[in-house]
Amino acid sequence: MRSMRENDSEEKLIFERSRPGRIGYSLPPCDVPATPKENLIPAYMLRKEGLAFPEVYEVDVIRHYTALSRRNFGVDNGFYPLGSCTMKYNPKVNEDVARYPGFAKIHPYQPEESVQGALELMYTLQQDLAGITGMDAITLQPAAGAHGEWTGLMMIRAYHESRGEQRTKVIVPDSSHGTNPASASVAGFQAVTIPSTAKGMVDLDALRAAVGEDTAALMLTNPNTLGLFEEHIVEIADIVHQAGGLLYYDGANSNAILGITRPGDMGFDVVHLNLHKTMSTPHGGGGPGAGPVGVKQRLIPFLPEPLVVKNDQGHYAIIGSRTENHGSEGTGSPVSTHSIGRVKAFYGNFGILVRAYAYIRSFGSDGLRQVSEDAVLNANYMMKRLAPHYNMPYPEQRCKHEFVMSGSSLVPYGVRTLDVAKRLLDFGYHPPTIYFPLNVEECIMIEPTETESKETLDSFVDVMIAIAKEAKATPELLHNAPYTTPVTRLDETGAARKPVLNCTCG
Amino acid sequence: MPKHRYLPLTEQDRSEMLRTIGIDSVEALFADIPESIRFRGELPVSSRLDEYSLTRHMAGLADRNADSDRYASFLGAGIYDHYIPSVIQHVVSRSEFYTAYTPYQPEISQGELQAIFEFQSFICELTGLKVANASMYDGATALAEAGSLAAAATKRKQLIVARTVHPEAREVLAAYARGLGLDIVEIGWHDGVIDHQALASAVSADTAAVLIQHPNFFGSLEDIQAIGELVHGHGGLLVVSSNPLSLGLLEAPGKLGADIVVGDAQPLGIAPSFGGPTCGFFAVSEANMRRIPGRIVGQTTDRNGKRGFVLTLQAREQHIRREKAASNICSNQALLALAASVYLSVMGKQGMADVAELNLQKSHYAKSCLTSIPGVDLVFQAATFNEFVIRLPEEVDPRLLQRNLLEKGFIGGYDLGPSYPELPNHVLIAVTEKRSKADIDQFAKVMEEWICGA
Repeated sequence: MRSMRENDSEEKLIFERSRPGRIGYSLPPCDVPATPKENLIPAYMLRKEGLAFPEVYEVDVIRHYTALSRRNFGVDNGFYPLGSCTMKYNPKVNEDVARYPGFAKIHPYQPEESVQGALELMYTLQQDLAGITGMDAITLQPAAGAHGEWTGLMMIRAYHESRGEQRTKVIVPDSSHGTNPASASVAGFQAVTIPSTAKGMVDLDALRAAVGEDTAALMLTNPNTLGLFEEHIVEIADIVHQAGGLLYYDGANSNAILGITRPGDMGFDVVHLNLHKTMSTPHGGGGPGAGPVGVKQRLIPFLPEPLVVKNDQGHYAIIGSRTENHGSEGTGSPVSTHSIGRVKAFYGNFGILVRAYAYIRSFGSDGLRQVSEDAVLNANYMMKRLAPHYNMPYPEQRCKHEFVMSGSSLVPYGVRTLDVAKRLLDFGYHPPTIYFPLNVEECIMIEPTETESKETLDSFVDVMIAIAKEAKATPELLHNAPYTTPVTRLDETGAARKPVLNCTCG
Repeated sequence: MPKHRYLPLTEQDRSEMLRTIGIDSVEALFADIPESIRFRGELPVSSRLDEYSLTRHMAGLADRNADSDRYASFLGAGIYDHYIPSVIQHVVSRSEFYTAYTPYQPEISQGELQAIFEFQSFICELTGLKVANASMYDGATALAEAGSLAAAATKRKQLIVARTVHPEAREVLAAYARGLGLDIVEIGWHDGVIDHQALASAVSADTAAVLIQHPNFFGSLEDIQAIGELVHGHGGLLVVSSNPLSLGLLEAPGKLGADIVVGDAQPLGIAPSFGGPTCGFFAVSEANMRRIPGRIVGQTTDRNGKRGFVLTLQAREQHIRREKAASNICSNQALLALAASVYLSVMGKQGMADVAELNLQKSHYAKSCLTSIPGVDLVFQAATFNEFVIRLPEEVDPRLLQRNLLEKGFIGGYDLGPSYPELPNHVLIAVTEKRSKADIDQFAKVMEEWICGA
């Protein structure tokens, strides 16, 4: 982060740049006869005081946000091996095409015949994602992975209820993403956590003991969050299915399996994909993403509304939109009377779907398999090179697209994983995910992705080895890291104890 | 293996790496996947395109959509055709912003963190509440999460929602409520606003919250203060879903008694994009600070006493609390919150007042033009912001009218019939600052010709 160092001073808030009387906008004229607003709106509904907003001109705004951007680190700045997040390169042409007016400037309630290109794209993406996951139907509605989880679980709940069964429990491994149990709760289920084995796998005995008449589903990430493929997945699926439960696939780690294996073939009934991970759409500093969900045949009646279909005349239609405004055949009818309803306004995060579709078309079948092969090769190569220097909790297993290691060997020197992560900042890297999964102490989770070169991996590994040496020789060097960033370590406890959450209302 | 511009490994790299690992083929990396579930052969996906062909293909799809550069739009109903200042695209195209993830490492994420802190500050000022989060998926899911928060805060299970709330937002609320085991009661409308008498008889000590929209789906303004007094009298919360652009002109709902204010920031410089991605916002009074869903950024200091920003109050969130979290939300709409912040920065104090006033004036001019067409009536007398409802003569099919308008270069209003069976032949018209007097006059002329011919 040496470049950030130049930018060492505190950055003013945009509100602190204000100078009364300046403006930064240019609006069309009021060319209609104006009526005093007090004649149109009751006085008590009108704003009494002007907004305490900054008064700045356009140059202020550009300099301000440019300065902020220089205090931020993205994939385009450097290596970002944040495990479980798949921080791969975000292709630029996908940004260009998503901004075409025919995609960016269309309204969801326009007549159906005026958005046929958009609907064709959505329909084709549904087909492509079904093919990639091995599922029978896809909804593009969910806005993110966690949103997809909840959507999938609501479908599972509706499925069981349609069969007259009250199944109340969702089983999650202790290595699962926090969103899994949280989504289960929001969908009205009780989350049941089962332990992993010493090999990092689902404990089959614990699973057998946990399943029963109340089991609605097992949620599983495969490869799991330790980066390991659940070898007994077929048996796991059998155990859950025989108990009458369904299998939910958390697609966060799909970057390992494109064209190699498919959740539908593993026995999963419901799948979500994070398009902002596997399909390269930018993470945007926290979003927007997209979390399409795929289902097997028996869950199709429960899909949320609406869906895009293609009729015999090659015309694309939106079905299941009760609030439709499209004026053509096929509209107004619900997807099914069993549908879980609507999970998001309009048609999902369409702009993200455009980018994901462009990504798939940039690769095709062979290319997608190469993506996963290279992602897995990169991870195994790094794991092998780091193994002599950090504890590998699962040394016997081949990892997939990511792996976990432990900083526990540095603890006797008074150095924690957090210190290692902070020291990495001084070398210009985004640190890996740390302290997750929860079942590995001092966890460091590394996901290189396929878009990084061998030189990049080697340089990073060399730095990690150097940091392990520093930790033993000069632990205080790590305790005070980072040194080269715009701020040093921040007081997070103080921030939570006395929250200052805005600069306008105190 | 075909080479690819996003993939750096050469054959030599691969063989060196395999040698280091101690295996002789990539296939060996997948030996732990049972053969019975290995996928062999071609994935059934669309074929590969080179970059130029991809741009032509995508342009071909885009050209089959009628966009608002080529058509004058009078369609709103939750997504609005406002002017987007040029600077916004330039800021959100800075790849330091758009290629980063959630700012888990604050020392190298001060830019994003400060941008979110500023977004929270803008939202607090607009809504008149003390705490805002970093954003939600959209306005509809924000409303649903508000219902969830209210139920948790009051330990009550009943949510009363006005039928003047966006129909899709009510459907999303209903889906979330089913998951959480909450009951929904819908209250009808009278003269375009919530039926106050029906509401008064429905609210009780079981009511967790009353949820309204302001300006509502019909464009009408609700009496926030009166509704707030009613629900507070029974110990419930008032949730207001609001169009943030209207708040340049309208009093902040938080100052009129709203406990939670949510909405969609799409009108603030975010492209319509066929309805998404947009950006939900979520603000609460201080009492509910620790129940708010999603990410929140707080101000703090570093070891040298320098001001900095961090994600805070994380004990609410799924990665810490797992099944006990306030919500399952993880990622949000940060890049679009940034777009909204840039919009609010350039608009500033005066610009927000001006753009809201332009919407008010132009829509009221359109209201008078359209209701002068013989047979077209203004339906509600309630005050409106930039949308209003008209009734067409019985013999006019709104769908055919819509098609005719499209042929003449207009995207017409929203046909209310399918979502409100009691309002057949009623159309919701939206008029933003982008519509000139000439646009409005021509739109009215085309409508009049069609209606008189029908």
